[in-house]
Amino acid sequence: MRVAIASGKGGTGKTTVSVNLADLLAQHRPVVLADLDVEEPNSGLFIQAGTVHQEAVHRMVPSWEADQCTFCGVCQEVCQFNALIETGSEVMVFRELCHSCYACSELCPVEALPMTPMKIGDLSHRRTGALDLVQGCLDIGQEQAVPLIARTLDYLGERFSRDTLILCDAPPGTACPMIEAVKDADFVLLVTEPTPFGLHDLKLAVETVRGLGRPCAVVINRHGLGNADVEAYCRQEGIPVAARLPHSREAARCYARGERIHPHVPEVAAQLEMVAEFIQRIEQEGAA
Amino acid sequence: MKIAFTSQGTTPDALMDPRFGRTAFLLVYDEESGQYEHCDNRQVEGVAHGAAVQTARRLFEMGAQVLVTGNGPGGNAASVLQRSGVQTFIGAGGMTVERAYEAWKSGKLQRFE
Repeated sequence: MRVAIASGKGGTGKTTVSVNLADLLAQHRPVVLADLDVEEPNSGLFIQAGTVHQEAVHRMVPSWEADQCTFCGVCQEVCQFNALIETGSEVMVFRELCHSCYACSELCPVEALPMTPMKIGDLSHRRTGALDLVQGCLDIGQEQAVPLIARTLDYLGERFSRDTLILCDAPPGTACPMIEAVKDADFVLLVTEPTPFGLHDLKLAVETVRGLGRPCAVVINRHGLGNADVEAYCRQEGIPVAARLPHSREAARCYARGERIHPHVPEVAAQLEMVAEFIQRIEQEGAA
Repeated sequence: MKIAFTSQGTTPDALMDPRFGRTAFLLVYDEESGQYEHCDNRQVEGVAHGAAVQTARRLFEMGAQVLVTGNGPGGNAASVLQRSGVQTFIGAGGMTVERAYEAWKSGKLQRFE
């Protein structure tokens, strides 16, 4: 089963929940933690593990062949992303704007735009005990996270069976990278904080997840802060609240030191146990 | 010589638009004929990325040899303009198009390279 751990707002505790939950679950069963927040993959900072596999990830972009080109203009006409332009003496390709759709390359009448691989990042797979950590890391300067997230998800599919429990730490927001990370999840845990900002972005995330037809539940992090509006919203919308992680200075201290929280803060551990039970219930319902 | 201006309107008394990629209009003055012609660029409002590349395409289609603008183009636009041979002048942000033309003609605008 694949569980995406997402949020609308950034900084609500996706990585905190992902890492600690995975670590807790791995004490009793095999778990995969996949860090799909490829623009800033932080899960690996909290887990020391040995390398199983590593690969460079590429995507295809057109490269211009001057000898072939007749400057017919088709390429810049068909590109929906303004990634190509004829300047009169050459065709310039802006690879970072290219979405690898192949239109220019396929429709070029003289095959002057062959697609070539461009490195966009790295994928790594590490293991410690029953916990596997798979992580995508986008190269500096790359703007598009989606192809790397897609490759990381493919790798998970190649490597693990569908009944392995995979926790996916998703990118924040509700844009393409988040959607890519969430769209095929069996279940989505939305981590939020009980503040007006948290609620505002939670609503966007719920709309997105519902639009994708994914079932979801909420985990309230830093409970005790802010107000009760998130709780009221979840009640009104019929969204279960799986757990309420307390607003704790000690938890923040652990995080800042790069340590897991649950061994040090029992109130947090108790709430994470509730999330673990919640996930196991869903798993059983899915299997039944 | 044809000189293009990034502008907020379609007439020479319009204010310059200081932006290149997301300029509202391109106004081109043909010194030979004394005529202005314009191109509506407002459809770039809906373009998330690559606005400057799209604007540069419109600029090339209008056949201008010189571009007068405000802030100066960003990375992508700058490389396109440099390699296309269009001479770019900046610093005309607060002016009307007419004033910007005079400023360019009298060499008061900074060349962007």
